[in-house]
Amino acid sequence: MEIRTKKEAHATVVAITGRLDAVTAPEYEKKMQELIGGGDIRLVVDFEALEYISSAGLRGLLVTAKLLKAKGGHVRFANVAGTVKEVFDISGFGSIFQMDATVAGALAALS
Amino acid sequence: MKNDTKHIAARVENLIVANNFVEECADRFGLATKKKFGLELALEEAFINICSHAYPDGEGDAEIFCTGDGDAFVLEIADSGKPFDVLSLPDPDITLDIMDRQIGGLGIHFIRTMSDSVSYRRENDRNILRMVFEKDSKRTVTSR
Repeated sequence: MEIRTKKEAHATVVAITGRLDAVTAPEYEKKMQELIGGGDIRLVVDFEALEYISSAGLRGLLVTAKLLKAKGGHVRFANVAGTVKEVFDISGFGSIFQMDATVAGALAALS
Repeated sequence: MKNDTKHIAARVENLIVANNFVEECADRFGLATKKKFGLELALEEAFINICSHAYPDGEGDAEIFCTGDGDAFVLEIADSGKPFDVLSLPDPDITLDIMDRQIGGLGIHFIRTMSDSVSYRRENDRNILRMVFEKDSKRTVTSR
C-alpha cells in the first residue's frame, strides 16, 4: 500500500494505492492520525487505485472517521468502485460514509 | 486437482504467504478471477481471525488446505486453539450509523457472503473451517 497526500484549497486529498488489509491498515490509521493531529480535518480519500479491502481495512476507515468526527472534521470518499465497492455494499459501509464519484465532486462538497 | 497443504505461523504478517499459496492453488484449479476475489477475502478473514483469537497465550500455527471437489474449489483453514465455532457468531448489524458501528463479526459476515457454503468442525483437537467456492455459481463479483 502507498499513501500520497495533496493539499487542495479546502481539503487534503489522501490517495491510497494497492491493498488495505490486516497488514496495511495500521499504516493507514497512523498516517491519518498524523494528518488529523496536524490540523488537517477536512479530508478526501481517493480510492481510485485501491485494489482490495477487507474488514481490517474497513476498521481503519471507521476508526479514522470516528476520530475526525470527534474533532469536528469531515471526510468524503471518492472513486469507490469495483470489488472495493462490493465490500462496502455487503458491509453496509456504503451508507454510513459520504461518497462521491470523483475527487473533484468530493472537494466541491467540502468547499 | 491434487491436495495442497501449508503450515504457517499464525501471525498477521504471514497473510501474504497464505494469500500467495491459496492463489497458486486456485490458479491450478482454474477458479475464475471474479471468484478469486471472494476467495482472497474469505481467506484473509479466516486467517486473521486465527491470528487474533486462536492462541491468546502465545503463538500457534494455521494449516491451510486446498482441494477440489468436483466443480468446486475447497479451502480449509485449521488451528489448534481452544474449541471455537466462528459460525456461532451472529451477523453484525450493518444498519447502524457511523458512531455506533462495530467491526466485530464483519469478517465472518464476509466469509458467509463470499463462499458458496461454509461449515465448521472440531477434529483431532483442531478447529477446521471449510469454505467451498463453486466454479460457476450464480453469485458474481464484479472486477475492477
